[in-house]
Amino acid sequence: MSGYTEELKGLIGKVESTRPARVEKAKRGEHFPSLTIKEREEWLRRYHPDYKSEGRARVGVGPNRGGVFPEEVARLLESRSMLDPDGINLGTSDYATDVLVIGAGGAGTAAALAVAASGLDVLVSTKLRHGDSNTVMAEGGMQAADQECDSPYFHYLDVIGGGHFTNSPPLVSALTNDAPLIIHWLEEMGMMFDKLPDGRMKVRHGGGTSRKRMHSAGDMTGAEIMRVLRDEARNRADRIKVLEFSPAVELLTDKSGAVCGAVLYNLETKEYYVVKAKAVVMATGGFGRLHIQGFPTTNHYGATADGVVMAYRAGVELQDMDSTQYHPTGAIYPEQNVGLLITEKVRGLGAQILNSEGTEFCFALEPRDVESACIIRECVDAGHGVVTPTARVGVWLDSPMIDMLHGTGTVRKELPAKYIQFKRYNIDISKEPMLVYPTLHYQNGGVRIDEFGGTSLKGFFAAGEVTGGVHGKNRLMGNSLLDVLVFGRRAGIAASECAKGLSETPAPTLEHVKKFHGELKKAGIKDPVKGPMLLPAYAPDHVKKRQWG
Amino acid sequence: MATDKKPVQPLLTGDRTIPPEGAKMITIYIMGRQYRVPETLTVMKAVEYAGYQYVRGCGCRGGICGACATYYRFVGDYRLRAGLACQTVVGPEMIIAQLPFFPANRPDYDLDGMKGDLHAELRSLYPEVFKCIGCGTCTRTCPMDIDVMDYIALMKRGDLKGAAKKSFDCVMCGLCASRCPAQISQFTAAMFVRRLVGKYVLPRAEHLKKRVEEVVSGRYAKMLKGLMDMKPEDVKRLYVEREREPDMAEPGAWTPKDREHL
Ligand SMILES: Cc1cc2nc3c(=O)[nH]c(=O)nc-3n(C[C@H](O)[C@H](O)[C@H](O)COP(=O)(O)OP(=O)(O)OC[C@H]3O[C@@H](n4cnc5c(N)ncnc54)[C@H](O)[C@@H]3O)c2cc1C
Ligand code: SF4
Ligand code: SF4
Ligand code: FES
Repeated sequence: MSGYTEELKGLIGKVESTRPARVEKAKRGEHFPSLTIKEREEWLRRYHPDYKSEGRARVGVGPNRGGVFPEEVARLLESRSMLDPDGINLGTSDYATDVLVIGAGGAGTAAALAVAASGLDVLVSTKLRHGDSNTVMAEGGMQAADQECDSPYFHYLDVIGGGHFTNSPPLVSALTNDAPLIIHWLEEMGMMFDKLPDGRMKVRHGGGTSRKRMHSAGDMTGAEIMRVLRDEARNRADRIKVLEFSPAVELLTDKSGAVCGAVLYNLETKEYYVVKAKAVVMATGGFGRLHIQGFPTTNHYGATADGVVMAYRAGVELQDMDSTQYHPTGAIYPEQNVGLLITEKVRGLGAQILNSEGTEFCFALEPRDVESACIIRECVDAGHGVVTPTARVGVWLDSPMIDMLHGTGTVRKELPAKYIQFKRYNIDISKEPMLVYPTLHYQNGGVRIDEFGGTSLKGFFAAGEVTGGVHGKNRLMGNSLLDVLVFGRRAGIAASECAKGLSETPAPTLEHVKKFHGELKKAGIKDPVKGPMLLPAYAPDHVKKRQWG
Repeated sequence: MATDKKPVQPLLTGDRTIPPEGAKMITIYIMGRQYRVPETLTVMKAVEYAGYQYVRGCGCRGGICGACATYYRFVGDYRLRAGLACQTVVGPEMIIAQLPFFPANRPDYDLDGMKGDLHAELRSLYPEVFKCIGCGTCTRTCPMDIDVMDYIALMKRGDLKGAAKKSFDCVMCGLCASRCPAQISQFTAAMFVRRLVGKYVLPRAEHLKKRVEEVVSGRYAKMLKGLMDMKPEDVKRLYVEREREPDMAEPGAWTPKDREHL
């Protein structure tokens, strides 16, 4: 029995008929020609959602005033605080700590471990449970140049070329230089990397890589990283205290504008807490749950751009926030799997992208934005997409090629989680292809940082997806897990240094919020929404209409 | 080449459920209270369709974080079932209760301090593991289809590597522990064992050790500085001209022409 409808099965027939010849070619090492740099630019301009003029808005306040952002982002940048800045007693604090880390994904936990290692106390505020994050969802792997044929030099070139040369060079340099150190740190903590029998890392290519440097742990790389980091953080409970379901809703600043804590909000009791800290690390991750232009997303439930909103209000400039990564291969079938990420590893292992005729129309390992543009073009413009029973449109990802290229059983072994997720709906992805379309995946831009995670505000550091500049306008797979650990650790170290330099915690104020509210008024922004958003709401309209409060 | 078809505009509705015209509605019970929802939704999306906004019990929404452990039964069926809310599809007459939190036993430990007998370390940290009565409830409960009882048996026997591999897909949802008559927190014990194996049993990567030394020596800082100071056109040229490691080359086997920058 197959989970595909009769009509879709008919189309799969076309994929099967072209498959043997495609496999033969792949075995000879031939692949569909990549686009030239000029073609890439043209495809992006014409087909990538970032380049559309509709769905964008100009922001009227704050450090990026005049900048054009996706509407959903702009609305939040122009939001007002959940708090009444005059109604909060900042005289006494509920918690006082050396360093406050906001967000307990990969970046936040790495930062917390670094602070603990430097001998200071750290309080971690997080919105959901410790580790409920985008980090836990990363499947494909993490890049680091640790093989003999590779080096940080080539890694640097790949990162900056993949980002269309828009990345910040010092950040790319830090990223690629530290990468082997990070892998080593994880190995020391007992992470179970995929290895060959002699201990050599099993590495593979990813989109836009010149060397095989993708490290993995099955198809649960992020989950394995996250659970190891979290487990180690728990072992360091002497220094690291985690407050779950207590997101930050506002930063606190002293009279000079330096950051010195935050206000947290207990999602269950609805109570707020004042936290005083000598330094703060923002690590709240990305914005997938804003569903830009209505796209589905691969992101976790808490990815609502909170950190960007809080930092912006405190006066920190944003970089590349107009740039969004659509992952080329989000599932569109069956309906229950919509938005689900199909890791790039599938293409790394040799699966090709095909249109409704079973024909290849682009190289499967173009940089992500280019690949997404190619797929959107094929469906929307050329009209060669496959239409599902719920009117979604996509293309085939020919996973059965993998077993033909690497031996029977490879799909099950290398992609166990994906295999189960489809098997549940009677689709055996080692025998039948998957249907995919681009899905909202990654916030390319964010808070502007230096190579130590420092920002324009004293006492304020940031790391991970909440920041911009590392990947420029396009991120390659496997560099983000790396980014969050490299800069999480760097920010943790820099924040500790900063905290050590202060003998006492400055008196906190919410002056920056008052000032921002004044700006909103002056700019004539009517009825600003309250931000940060904290959690998305998915009740259907007919229920929403009848909800109180 | 493909025949011409009309361009189509994809349906983009974020993560909200907009049931197709004429979707079949079914009755479910969320914590005992009756609701009507469209069929084929996951438990998570059905709960949201009913009007709830999650605070606990929802994380990744993709079957990997373990936040959404769920127990359910069907009206008239004695069997108690378990699954992940974000991965389980609702059925007619389903009675659903999520497990927002489960207190697990997790003693702290110092991984670096463990060098000797790893099995003894397990025994002293998790003595209860050795009291498993082999009832198999955990295995029947696990939403990831892990043979939990078996990895516990491997731990008892001292096959830590086997236990680490067998438990690898664990999402730490806590369902197994919530049902164990021997009060074992299987998944925290498994976490400990995987880290032991990762650190002390799996062979270390020698090439990595060497590379770490090179990084620490500052070898690459110079090369990277060179790239940062270069004119953008030159970086572009280097990018376009860079060699690509062949797809089918075994890791460690291929050597590039440019060896100066290794
Ligand atoms: C499905 C998927 C697959 C991916 N695959 C890969 C891959 O193979 N390789 C790769 O390199 N990258 C991958 N990525 C990208 C990568 O996982 C993320 O970019 C990265 O992990 C982000 O880490 P982070 O620590 O910055 O944010 P997160 O891991 O998202 O952590 C942010 C944390 O902050 C918390 N938070 C949010 N708001 C607040 C608030 N107001 N107060 C307190 N806490 C808050 C969140 O709850 C969360 O715990 C993938 C991403 C996804 C979604
Ligand atoms: S082993 Fe236990 S904690 Fe892990 S996934 Fe299975 S039931 Fe959940
Ligand atoms: S439920 Fe507990 S006692 Fe029963 S097999 Fe599993 S670990 Fe052993
Ligand atoms: S929400 Fe993460 S496993 Fe279900």
